Amino acid sequence: MSLQISDLRVYYRTLAGDVKALDGVSLEIADGEIMGLAGESGCGKTTLGNSLVLLDGRMKYISGEVLLDGTPLPIADYEAMQELRWREVSIIPQYSMSALNPTRKIGRMVDELLHSRGRQYKELRAELLRRLELVGLSADILDRYPIELSGGMKQRLVMVISTLLDPSLLIADEITSALDVSSQKAVAQTLVEFRDRKFVRSMIVVTHDVSILYQISDTLAIMYAGRLAEKAPTGVLMEAALHPYTRLLISALPEMGSRFADKRLMGIPGTPPSLLNPPTGCRFRTRCPLADAQCEEQPPMVDVAPGHAVACWKVT
Amino acid sequence: MLTLEHVSKTYKVGAFGGGSLVAVREVDFTVAPGEVVSLIGESGSGKSTIGKMILRLISVNGGRILFDGTDISTLKGHELNAYYRAVTGVFQDPFSSFNPVFKVSHVFDMLRGRFGGSVEGRTWDERVGEALESVGLEGGQLLHKYPHQLSGGQLQRLLIARALLLDTKMLVADEVISMLDASTRIDVLNLLGDLKARGLGILFITHDLSLANYISERAVILRRGRAVEIGPTDRVFGNPLHPYTQQLLAAVPRLHEKWGKQIAPEDGAATTCLYHTSPAARDGSGSPRPAMAEIEPGHLVACANVDAHCPDDVAAGTAAVA
Repeated sequence: MSLQISDLRVYYRTLAGDVKALDGVSLEIADGEIMGLAGESGCGKTTLGNSLVLLDGRMKYISGEVLLDGTPLPIADYEAMQELRWREVSIIPQYSMSALNPTRKIGRMVDELLHSRGRQYKELRAELLRRLELVGLSADILDRYPIELSGGMKQRLVMVISTLLDPSLLIADEITSALDVSSQKAVAQTLVEFRDRKFVRSMIVVTHDVSILYQISDTLAIMYAGRLAEKAPTGVLMEAALHPYTRLLISALPEMGSRFADKRLMGIPGTPPSLLNPPTGCRFRTRCPLADAQCEEQPPMVDVAPGHAVACWKVT
Repeated sequence: MLTLEHVSKTYKVGAFGGGSLVAVREVDFTVAPGEVVSLIGESGSGKSTIGKMILRLISVNGGRILFDGTDISTLKGHELNAYYRAVTGVFQDPFSSFNPVFKVSHVFDMLRGRFGGSVEGRTWDERVGEALESVGLEGGQLLHKYPHQLSGGQLQRLLIARALLLDTKMLVADEVISMLDASTRIDVLNLLGDLKARGLGILFITHDLSLANYISERAVILRRGRAVEIGPTDRVFGNPLHPYTQQLLAAVPRLHEKWGKQIAPEDGAATTCLYHTSPAARDGSGSPRPAMAEIEPGHLVACANVDAHCPDDVAAGTAAVA
């Protein structure tokens, strides 16, 4: 097991009270696994990714435990995490277009970054160039400023920098959302390539775009309102999802070939609950076609098949 | 209803406007009532520029945009007001389309002040109610809310309701659903489909091919400001003729079919060019060659090598030799 998260709770402090963005999430990621994490905006998927790397000032760690390769990951301890960031856990942030220092040439920026982690640029330069070449960037990019690169180039550059120290876990947050279809494909396939070449051991790919995840991920986890709804191998989740939310979400995706005139797709009525004061029990029950009195109690995550876990009373 | 004839747009760029950037080059297409035309392109292809030119937010540099036979750049005063009633835009970011200090009801009242004219308060309120109902929103409470209290999907539907109130004939929908969640985007898309049934012409600007395929009758594929392929959606998607369209379609992530193995998108000059080898483009001896050649009924394609010399361009080839 590369990563084990048990009952993780992270809240946001606001003037109106605590927003329960992550409310008891448990999951496991195997060695070499690419896990896709999807859900609507505000379901806590980005919070889950960020809390494994850096809890910022607004985020409050409540409870839960994270084990990375068998050793506890001290996510609540900023200083202790400092040793592990980039080396053991790394992130490709949501806006990597703006993650580069505009006043430094790329090479110098990487030099400074490595220096801050006590590593020598000289040692790693050969490896850096090799990896840049792998993603289709030439060596002279190191003498350029970020403004001279296109969005797709910046994205690939940030991917190379984030994985330069061979972290055990990589979190890729919405890395394809701002890109055109053709660069989307190149970036997504590069992620798989990085895993295959063992630059990273396992990966969490956070996105709202399920069709990208279908292409690259081994397993898919669907979150709803701060909790995990379902996790299964990608093929199983797409073809035989059990949780009513997952089923509705997948049926709402327009596919190549489906036409309004032929078959009208349906959205999910209603809106997700406020996480300031989430309802008791199953959080999807207000929008769920199957809900009844039993759903007022919180459903546990149950394994229905190897690797397929679902949190719903009605299907387990 | 709406016709674009050789429409071009050049932006001045650089510190003193010395440089120029051609954003749209000689684009021709039409939108008929009750038809959804999707304008598909990657970033920088000029798709939003075309939308803005139709809405008269920016001027046209070359060619004409005709609405019901009138060149829209000549409209002034009353006629312009009537044009704005007939053609409405809905944009990508619903949160920045509303004034945050106005309640929803005030937004509709302002609309009455500008376009409602002689409509009485009560009749107007009824019409607001009807319009909201037809976009799947409930009036009452909602009218007394501020934009920040509403979700993106609700705001986007309010903007569309605004179009209904004005008896709009044509809707320019610029990336209207790219900021919405999967669970609500399909509702807004279906709403556009319902409006189409009411006789509205819709220009659906998007970069997402599967959405365009779902909703539209005809598709226009743009590349670097040029229309490279125009045709009925099922033909463009089912039998893509232009290499760029083929490349785009190969890159779309599908739900039940995995990508092929190759990593880099194939690039470089195409070896065969349907445009230059088609008889339609060849026979116009003397008269200027049309920008696109019709391969199938209604299915037009441009030269496969729009930016470079085309190996099949016999006329240019002989000219170069001479």
